[in-house]
Amino acid sequence: MSQAHSWVVVAAVAAGGVLFFAVAMLANAALRPRVPTSEKLTTYESGVDPIGRGWSQIQVRYYLYAYLYVVFAVDAVYLFPWATVLASFGTAAVVEMGIFLGVLTLGLVHFWRRGALTWS
Amino acid sequence: MRHLAENPAADFSQDTIWVVLGKALFVFVFLLVATILAIWGERRIVARMQSRPGPNRTGPFGLFQSVADGVKLLLKEDIIPKASDRIVFFGAPVVSAITCFLAFTVIPFGPAAKIPFTNITTPLQMTDLPVAVLFVLAVAAVGVYGIVLGGWSSGSTYPLLGGLRSSAQVISYEIAMGLALISVFLYAGSMSTSSIVAAQASGGRATLFGTTVDLPSWYALQLPVAFVIYCIAMVGETNRAPFDLPEAEGELVGGFHTEYSGAKFMMFFLAEYINLLTVSGIATTLFLGGWRAPWPLSAIGDGVLNTGWWPMLWFILKVFCFFFVFVWLRGTLPRLRYDQFMRFGWKFLIPAGLVWIMAVSFIRALRTQQVTDGQRYLLLAGLVVVLGIAFTGYLLQGRAEEQADEARRLVYGPELDPFEGGYPVPPMPGQTVRRSAGPVLAGRATVPARDVEAEATSDDEEVHGG
Repeated sequence: MSQAHSWVVVAAVAAGGVLFFAVAMLANAALRPRVPTSEKLTTYESGVDPIGRGWSQIQVRYYLYAYLYVVFAVDAVYLFPWATVLASFGTAAVVEMGIFLGVLTLGLVHFWRRGALTWS
Repeated sequence: MRHLAENPAADFSQDTIWVVLGKALFVFVFLLVATILAIWGERRIVARMQSRPGPNRTGPFGLFQSVADGVKLLLKEDIIPKASDRIVFFGAPVVSAITCFLAFTVIPFGPAAKIPFTNITTPLQMTDLPVAVLFVLAVAAVGVYGIVLGGWSSGSTYPLLGGLRSSAQVISYEIAMGLALISVFLYAGSMSTSSIVAAQASGGRATLFGTTVDLPSWYALQLPVAFVIYCIAMVGETNRAPFDLPEAEGELVGGFHTEYSGAKFMMFFLAEYINLLTVSGIATTLFLGGWRAPWPLSAIGDGVLNTGWWPMLWFILKVFCFFFVFVWLRGTLPRLRYDQFMRFGWKFLIPAGLVWIMAVSFIRALRTQQVTDGQRYLLLAGLVVVLGIAFTGYLLQGRAEEQADEARRLVYGPELDPFEGGYPVPPMPGQTVRRSAGPVLAGRATVPARDVEAEATSDDEEVHGG
């Protein structure tokens, strides 16, 4: 079976997932009651009347992790194929990847020392 | 160069469209039935661990509890809050529900087997890709969109914070997970799931003290550090206890799905449990020999239990063993605090994963390559130097953090009375919690355990003295 065929199977399963979701939502639409009241449609704030909107400005500390994730996710994409062919390339490939990972680790250490990994 | 292992080991050439559709139907039915059983099993087991009966009214042993819950959710009113972004609010569960099914397309349930009443022999696996495991990780990363969009589109504070927490957590632990998998690819020489299972068929032989022994073939035994890192990362990746911070009820109500109800809530719930099965299936395939029978069974009748339809049983048993561990963790461990959790991921798991990869690849290169002794010692010396530098850096960093703690102690004081303000607050890093005297009983404060002895002796003295 060709590789294209494999991806067709994956696409077919995705289509099956869409179908499953559609059937569940249609069943829900057919079976559920519909009695909207203004209390039901307000934002849930543990019983307290919400003031303002949920999208107000808050301090977000998570973006640093997003940056780090991008760096290391790309790193993983390089490392995965490297690992599969390492046996045929040998020592040189190990040393080169060591240098690459060393540079990345330096970045992680920099983040660490600047306190980006400390939740405050 | 070796090209042979790069392609999937399984042969799908006999698959007709009907075979593919049948397998797809099987995967869907398996995942749904397994989810229903898993939720029931989890509630029963956790109940047992907490000395209560658990669901026992619907059907024998409460077996139909999850079915009843599913029907109930389908009958529930679908509430879309006024403050929400309606389109994204609908789209988020779609993303979660669809991506969760995809990973199981590449997980092998067994080797090639003959379909009954036909002449077709087909692998018990929907399909395989040369980049199968990378595909699973990619699908998991897309699934995060469902969480973060669901949290954002609700237009409410709790879901927004829950969604952000959840996505930061999933992406952090996905890195540790990916790093743990690399050493498996290194040993198997492939990213295709069927090839990785094939590579765990036998671990080779070694001569030890004059006798020949079969080495263990499962990567969990060959690569124990990677296995441990993966197991921790998969709990973090699926937002399960003790890492279930996105759903910390005391802080965030329900996390990202607080505003969801009815069928959409069901989709998130289903996706969560299917993700559990997926990470367990990947752990089984990559570390526990996949569908292969465990050791004493694999020796029976020249490995007859590794052929035909038997392997499906082993695979499912192994997956449910992992699931049991998930439940066990939930019943045993308290939830971590968010800063502890992120610190553990970034300052321990990821550096450990990086060091492990370098160590494994160095050792691998030393063992397989034709290198002279001089080069070998040079490489080893290099490895020792790198590890030494890393360790020194780690120690220095520890010192720096201690100094920072010291500075904080100067500002906030060395001790903290957590109940000073009337409600409990956690200590700042470096602070110690002042032990409270405990509840006052009958006019006498109960003392902390470590002071009991001192108190007892002083009492004695009083008695003797008086």
